[in-house]
Amino acid sequence: MQPALSVEIGSLKLRNPVMTASGTFGYGEEFKEYVDLEKIGAFVTKGLSLKPRAGNPTPRIVETPGGMLNAIGLQNVGIDAFIQKKVPFLRTVNTPAIANFFGYTPDEYAELAARLDAIPEVAALEVNISCPNVKQGGIVFGTDPACAASVVAACRAATSKTLIVKLSPNVTDIVEMAQACEGAGADALSVINTLTGMAIDLERRRPVLANVTGGLSGPAIKPIALRMVWQVARAVKVPVIGIGGIMSAIDALEFILAGATAVQVGTASFVNPGAAQEIAEGMEQWLAARGIADITSLIGALEG
Amino acid sequence: MQFKAMILDNAEVSPGYWRMRMTAPPEMLEAQPGQFVMVRVNPSIDPLIRRPFGVFDVGTLLPSYTGAVPQPYLEILYRVVGKGTGMLATLHNTDLLDLLGPLGTGFDPGPVGEEKLIVGGGVGLAPLYLLAKELVKHSPVRLFAGGRTKDDVLCITEFERLGVECYSATEDGSLGECGFVTKVLEHRLDYTSNQGRIFACGPHGMLQAVAAIGKKRNVPTQVSLEGYMACGMGACLGCVCQGGGHSQETPDYRCVCTEGPVFEATELKWEGN
Repeated sequence: MQPALSVEIGSLKLRNPVMTASGTFGYGEEFKEYVDLEKIGAFVTKGLSLKPRAGNPTPRIVETPGGMLNAIGLQNVGIDAFIQKKVPFLRTVNTPAIANFFGYTPDEYAELAARLDAIPEVAALEVNISCPNVKQGGIVFGTDPACAASVVAACRAATSKTLIVKLSPNVTDIVEMAQACEGAGADALSVINTLTGMAIDLERRRPVLANVTGGLSGPAIKPIALRMVWQVARAVKVPVIGIGGIMSAIDALEFILAGATAVQVGTASFVNPGAAQEIAEGMEQWLAARGIADITSLIGALEG
Repeated sequence: MQFKAMILDNAEVSPGYWRMRMTAPPEMLEAQPGQFVMVRVNPSIDPLIRRPFGVFDVGTLLPSYTGAVPQPYLEILYRVVGKGTGMLATLHNTDLLDLLGPLGTGFDPGPVGEEKLIVGGGVGLAPLYLLAKELVKHSPVRLFAGGRTKDDVLCITEFERLGVECYSATEDGSLGECGFVTKVLEHRLDYTSNQGRIFACGPHGMLQAVAAIGKKRNVPTQVSLEGYMACGMGACLGCVCQGGGHSQETPDYRCVCTEGPVFEATELKWEGN
């Protein structure tokens, strides 16, 4: 028996619940040698801004136990180059491409949402209100419920496509943020972005990253991500996309059980570029071996 | 390409420096000098991220026993600097590693016949052996190898066996000239009228000095850079370096992993330029 793996996120139908996380998969094309893009549910492209962004000085990344810190600073080609150079590839792949984007004002967010809405190859939008590495960037929107709601409402008014909001874990109460975004019209919530962290070079008495702090990702953050997905999924009606340290099908299924409808694989794609596809296949095998007919029966099915 | 390699040999060639030979698929034999591999040290999550290593050598083993098949191999030269390389040094023959490669843009050998000047500092020699092996086929090659002490000047004998003329310099004078290797390079450039082409890999300070020498004397110079990288395929954007036109207003970042690791020195921004 072949288990049913497809799930729905807003109006988006995914062949399976495994997506790749923004900033870890380029614009998709970089990984085509290692991943059959038509074997994963969707892929999310690197965060876009209106204008190209240079990003932060180096060092930008450092490994920490069970994870890594990054402070890339949202380096990206900007929406014009995205349309010109990256969209043609999206057309060749029969898998939804989700465009992640960020702005500096609600108007900018809305303008980007409108421009992405007009690109047929973009299946859905993921709003980043939560990058920890950009000083004047999304972070204020990501930590204040009223600000977050205003950004989401602005984007909502500008697009009829599925609108996903990516939440920051660097808040006191993520449930409050989630509810604010849901109330403002989000179709789904991605939980979580990276946790702010720091690494120090003792001998040089300096921070390792040029940006001093960076976003922690990888298996080290999985327990926190699971807890937040569980909290959010219980408190909202829209689907939750679980993100945080997923390295295996087992990890992914734990997120589904905690209440996620889909998952995103991030840092794992750096370690193993074929990770997303392997995780999707592993989930199918796990379900088949246990005679579970449909993945949706596991969503939020945590007992006790 | 992603592949599983079996370690054939892993030996300390100088205190703190190791040379590892492992099996490779035949495609690795096509690796260009200057390209690199990303090595996953073990399947656990610590260390998590792959480590990049320049391809030191590739070749085919012809075992002498009956019925054996030719076995392509790959070699890396590495210095133990942290947890990942420390664990690599504990591995033995028949242990398995997961690799990605060959990755990146390698050296452009330039026209045949001209003098090729290779400059390596410490473990920076790693990608230069394969380069020398290619260059000696058609051109006279000189190697300028530098290090802090004689222990940091590696594998000179191997270069000599290729027919490369080797010069060395150490900061403490324990081998070759006392001082920086760039001084020896300048002596050679003073002496010769055939200025040729420079290929360099080593610490950033050395590369900066070599780039300045190449610029001053109008000798085409390629440098191979290192960078902290997570993926090796242009996705994480962790390893970027500054291109020549970089400024806060006109950002010009290049990916060391895909656009490099080898760059024309004039393409890059150097402090003080």
